[in-house]
Amino acid sequence: MSSESGRANREPGSATGAGPAPAIRLEGVRFAFPVDGHHTDVIGGLDLEIAPRSIVALVGPNGCGKSTLLRVIAGLLPARTGSVEVEGRPVAGPDSRVGLVFQEPRLLPWRTAFANVAFPLEVAGRDRAARERRVTDLLGLVGLRDWSRARPAELSGGMRQRVAIARALALEPAVLLLDEPFSALDALTRERFNVELLRLWERIGATIVLVTHSIAEAVFLADRVLVLSPRPAQLVADVVVNLPRPRRPGDLDAAAVTRTAAEIRAHLEGATDDAFAIATGDVPAHPQPEQAIP
Amino acid sequence: MITRDRVVPPLLALAAFLTGWQLLVIVGSYPTFILPGPIVVGQKFVAAWTDGTMAPHVVTTLAEIGLGFVAGAVAGMLTGYVLARSRLANRVASPYLVAAQAVPILALAPLMALWFGSGLFAHAVIVALIVFFPVAISTVVAVQGVDRRLLEMARSYRVTRGQRLRMVELPAALPGILGGLRIGVTLSVVGAIVAEWTGGETGLGVLINLARGSLFDIPLLFATLLTIALIGVALYSVVVLVERHYAIPAA
Repeated sequence: MSSESGRANREPGSATGAGPAPAIRLEGVRFAFPVDGHHTDVIGGLDLEIAPRSIVALVGPNGCGKSTLLRVIAGLLPARTGSVEVEGRPVAGPDSRVGLVFQEPRLLPWRTAFANVAFPLEVAGRDRAARERRVTDLLGLVGLRDWSRARPAELSGGMRQRVAIARALALEPAVLLLDEPFSALDALTRERFNVELLRLWERIGATIVLVTHSIAEAVFLADRVLVLSPRPAQLVADVVVNLPRPRRPGDLDAAAVTRTAAEIRAHLEGATDDAFAIATGDVPAHPQPEQAIP
Repeated sequence: MITRDRVVPPLLALAAFLTGWQLLVIVGSYPTFILPGPIVVGQKFVAAWTDGTMAPHVVTTLAEIGLGFVAGAVAGMLTGYVLARSRLANRVASPYLVAAQAVPILALAPLMALWFGSGLFAHAVIVALIVFFPVAISTVVAVQGVDRRLLEMARSYRVTRGQRLRMVELPAALPGILGGLRIGVTLSVVGAIVAEWTGGETGLGVLINLARGSLFDIPLLFATLLTIALIGVALYSVVVLVERHYAIPAA
């Protein structure tokens, strides 16, 4: 089966020549969960470079270790072997250069939207005036300026996730990691959020890595789509999305979208599972017994 | 919020209770030294407060409760937190905590009197012991119940231990801990009275003994019980008010 060598690829759209260091570099990254004394590999030897200010989507079957990979990049889980670098410097433990948005908003229910966004700033010891300025900016950025005094219980699911994104941006991370951030939202809201996410990205200029189950979403958002195999996760394919930016839902080159989606789908065929097929609406006619792992 | 709906029904219940009590006394024609009527008790209650009989005893008992409750609650919360967060401490101490709780603390009152005498300190120790366990156990449960996903979120922003405690664990565990304090505050009144029975110069427990014994003033005994009940209700209300202050408004 086909597998492109991902490291040579650079996304064409936003790359501004040769940057000094990739935003993210993984070298031989393995991760294993200890089970009954021995280790079960979740991520098996991953090499990856992600250019600054690009958007990369991770797709792969359920439970293949995509969320684990994000946690390793964020420094929440230690790689068993190999190295993780952000902007040329190694990640050892939770890192302010990386902002992580979880699948659920994970807001502190007793804090207002304002105070939730201020949380990382308080932890980092910023003074009150600086916090207030920054939080006001961030809430404006995610369109929630009028909701700063509302508590999470008073906000809709989408608003809560916007607060979570604002919180992740509080310390101005170079890298924003999103773990299926809009999976709990209905389809229409989700589409709108994807457009908003692109606008946000255009303004903040961070590198974004997001996990998604939707091929359409991956194609719409990303410069590169990385297809991962089932556990232990390895790179199956690195698909470049050749669509000009800024992208708006109405004026995408439909043929290019279809072609890219088909390519991703082809790579996923071997790695697919039921949940994934349902999520993408793509039930393979001939399930292949052999998996396409290089 | 004080509304008519919340004030009127309890008052009606009280009126019914007092009427029933008075009727029982009249119908049964009990002598005052067996069952004094509410009017006699009420008069005695007012008299004991105005002639200065009650006040010194109330002061002593409140001091014991105050000292003992604060000491027991603080020790309980600290122990509970350590047990919830340290697997080793939990393994070492949990069996003994359970065993210690199985001992009725009140049965230790004579021992405390032997060791520490019958003063304020000895009585406060009993109160502290009786408050300690419900607070410690509810703290363990509340801290262990803090949403792990919130803790992971906090860790991603590199919180220190102190920040994690102050900004995440404490507010998240507070409702559970306050539940333990609510139980503890009621028990603290019981602890103080029983401790005073084992000896002492002043205190509402001492006054009960006096009223029943040398003074043989049964209306005073009832007036003392009424005072104790009012203290219990007042302290409980304080905890409930604190709880309400920290409650998260629901959607």
